[in-house]
Amino acid sequence: MAKIIVVTSGKGGVGKTTSSAAISTGLALRGHKTVVIDFDVGLRNLDLIMGCERRVVYDFVNVINKEASLKQALIKDKRTEGLFILPASQTRDKDALTYEGVEAVLDELAQDFDYIICDSPAGIEQGAQMALYFAEEAIVVTNPEVSSVRDSDRILGILQSKSRMAEQGKSVKEHLLLTRYNPSRVASAEMLSVADVEEILAIPLLGVIPESEAVLKASNQGAPVILDEESEAGQAYSDAVARLLGEDVEHRFLEQQKKGFLQRLLGGK
Amino acid sequence: MGILDYLLKKNKPTSSASVAKERLQIIVAHERSNRGQPDYLPLMQQEILEVIRKYVDIEQDQVSVQVDNEDDCSVLELNITLPDAK
Repeated sequence: MAKIIVVTSGKGGVGKTTSSAAISTGLALRGHKTVVIDFDVGLRNLDLIMGCERRVVYDFVNVINKEASLKQALIKDKRTEGLFILPASQTRDKDALTYEGVEAVLDELAQDFDYIICDSPAGIEQGAQMALYFAEEAIVVTNPEVSSVRDSDRILGILQSKSRMAEQGKSVKEHLLLTRYNPSRVASAEMLSVADVEEILAIPLLGVIPESEAVLKASNQGAPVILDEESEAGQAYSDAVARLLGEDVEHRFLEQQKKGFLQRLLGGK
Repeated sequence: MGILDYLLKKNKPTSSASVAKERLQIIVAHERSNRGQPDYLPLMQQEILEVIRKYVDIEQDQVSVQVDNEDDCSVLELNITLPDAK
C-alpha cells in the first residue's frame, strides 16, 4: 500500500515544486517506487523541473476523464530508476479535478507504488484542498519570511480540518521543510531562525534547505537539485529524505560558514 | 545626536527578525482562535449588526460572535456593546 504525501505551503514561490521533485527523486534513489503528481491544473510546471516537458502526451485530467489510461499518462523518469511523473493538465477548467476522480487515480497508483507525492498548487482554493485531501503526511514548505509562515499556518489549519484523515478523526503527519534559509542573515538577526519558525508553527522539522545557487541551476537544466550531490541544497534534501524514511540525521548548514584566512584576504564570498 | 542616544541605540538594537517573530506570533494566535468557526459566521455577524443598527447606532467592533464547542454541545455567544444611554 502506498503512502500519500502532499507537498504544500499556501504561499506560492516558496519551493513546493522544487521540493516535490527533489524528494520524490530521493525516495526513488533509495529504492522506493515513487510517483509524483502535479496538482497545479492550468499551470503545469513539475514537468519542466523534472526535465520531461517534451515527453508529456497525456495528463492527470485525461486519466480522470478516462481519455487515457494511467499507463499512457505516466512518464518514466530517465535519470532515476523507479520514478514516474504524472503531469498536470493545462486546461483552464478549474473543476477538472473531482474528488471521486482523484481518489480513483490514487487508488490505482497505490497498487503499484510505495510513495505518491502530491505537488500542490499555491493558495487555499479547491486545487490545493484536492492535493492535500487524501494525504497521510504533509510536507509544509516554508520560507523564513512573515507571509510564508502565516500562510503555512493557514494550510496547517486546513490539514487539521478538511483532510480525509481529519474527517476520519485521525491526523495528518506534519513536517516542516524550511527552504531558502540564509544562515548569515539569521546570524545578523535579519531573518527568522529555524527555532523561531519551529516555535510559531509548532510542527516537527523535516529539514532546512539553505538558499543556494544550485537550485536555479538545477531548474535551468531540468534536473532535480538532489542529484547535484556537491551542492548544499542537494545534500540537505538527501538528509530530509532520510528523515522522512525515519532515519535520525543531524541537521546541517544551519550555521554561517566561517571564512578561511585566505578567503578573508581575497574577499571571496 | 547625543552620546546617550548613541549608546542606547547601540545597546538595544531591535533586529528586524525579532520584529517579524513578534508580529507573526500575534497574527497567528489571532487566526488560530478563529479557526474551526463555521463559514457562515462572518456573514451572520454582518446581518446581526444590520438589524441592531436599525435601532441603535453601533460600530462593527461592538458586536462579537463566537462559537464554542464543548464535548457534544455548541454554544453560540453573541456579545453586543451598547453605547451609553443618552
